[in-house]
Amino acid sequence: MSVPRFWRKQIARYNLVGTRCKKCNEYFYPPRNMCPGCRREGEIEDFKFTGKGEVITFTVIHTAAEGFENQTPYVLGIIKLNEGPSLTSQIICEPEEVKIGMKVKPVFRKLGQAGERGMIYYGTKFVPDLC
Amino acid sequence: MSVGIISYGAYVPKYRIKIEDIARVWGDDADILKSGLMVNEKAVPDVDEDAATIAVEAARAAVSRSGIDAQRIGAVYTGSESHPYAVKPTSTIVAEATGTTPVLTAADFEFACKAGTAAVQACMGLVSSGMIDLGMAIGADVSQGAPGDALEYTAAAGGVAYIIGNKESELVAVIEDTYSFTTDTPDFWRREGMPYPEHGGRFTGEPGYFKHVTGAAKGLMDKLGTKPEDYDYAVFHQPNGKFPVRVSKKLGFSREQIEPGLVVPRLGNTYSGSCMMGIAATLDQAKPGDRIFATAFGSGAGGDAFSITVTDRIEEIRNNAATVEELLANPIYIDYARYAKHKGKIKVA
Repeated sequence: MSVPRFWRKQIARYNLVGTRCKKCNEYFYPPRNMCPGCRREGEIEDFKFTGKGEVITFTVIHTAAEGFENQTPYVLGIIKLNEGPSLTSQIICEPEEVKIGMKVKPVFRKLGQAGERGMIYYGTKFVPDLC
Repeated sequence: MSVGIISYGAYVPKYRIKIEDIARVWGDDADILKSGLMVNEKAVPDVDEDAATIAVEAARAAVSRSGIDAQRIGAVYTGSESHPYAVKPTSTIVAEATGTTPVLTAADFEFACKAGTAAVQACMGLVSSGMIDLGMAIGADVSQGAPGDALEYTAAAGGVAYIIGNKESELVAVIEDTYSFTTDTPDFWRREGMPYPEHGGRFTGEPGYFKHVTGAAKGLMDKLGTKPEDYDYAVFHQPNGKFPVRVSKKLGFSREQIEPGLVVPRLGNTYSGSCMMGIAATLDQAKPGDRIFATAFGSGAGGDAFSITVTDRIEEIRNNAATVEELLANPIYIDYARYAKHKGKIKVA
């Protein structure tokens, strides 16, 4: 990933900032700048998600893509945030711990890096919410 | 005008390795090491954790504990000896991830294990002078110990953030004064580009730790006219359990005074987070009016001493974030092989 490409989405990745349509109360993550329902009638504003949600589905990765070899086995899941939108993220827990419907909360982690010399990408992952 | 702590937050990774597991790999006697170092286990970062992620988690805990508007923070200083970048600040990552950007000053601090308390002092100065409303000082590390080196038994991971302010109604603890004692003493270092630090073995003790901790601690008590018995609690930098126990005794503090802040047996040495973690653990249980004496030590070398008095507000905000005890509870124990994987000692690509 190029440096500017990551940087443009940095706030969204760090702080789960998405958008919301004030007209129909639909929430979007990643952020949309136009409401697909209300079209030009929509009123889009930034919205910071709490990051609380639940696991919709998951898979356990044993054969990782380049850059993730040192993390196997790890859990990749689709999280439905309490406000509505779903997103794909790593879930930080033991593979035998994850379950569909499990409550999760956000944590700040390294998402990857551009080799030994390149930039380090940080952002949000999820952990079981035991509280 | 008073200056002090308006909030604090700590973070400890959930993984631990026991001394027995490290000793088994190198053929050392775990019982001798445990009784000598007074450390039973140490915190290990996850594969995707580093000093920046730990600093962010601690900083977010500090912001949410007090419920302040993060935009009021005018300075973010992160102290660490394991900043993920050699050039590029950790503090900008923390500032962005805590919502304090863009109107603030930020920089990274480095002074071995006392970079975090040096950051606290800088924030005290900026707040007291009126240059900023609030300042955030963080000590966070994923400290390194070369495989087989004595440091490997204690070099741990963790971080603590303090938000410094001067509005009386917001202070959970007043910092009455601070005093530093610094000389050029090469007891521990890491050269540019080197993965692991070097140290002077026993030289780190008397001319390093003990000289600078006692220099700073006695200096502050002389300056304030206080004695060890004037304090309810005491915290000293914890590279292991032995050093803070010995220095506290030498200075005239009791074992009871240091016990609540002595987190090293279950945590290891969190370097820039070490003394700050001990203060946080003490604030977790201190009562309004209690006085805390704290002295951080950084190799290289220097000591930063603080005299702190807890206010009534501690009771209002204490339970809004995880306590150090909660962070230390229910760890996941890993063996040396997994520890090596987490610390990047195994090259997979």
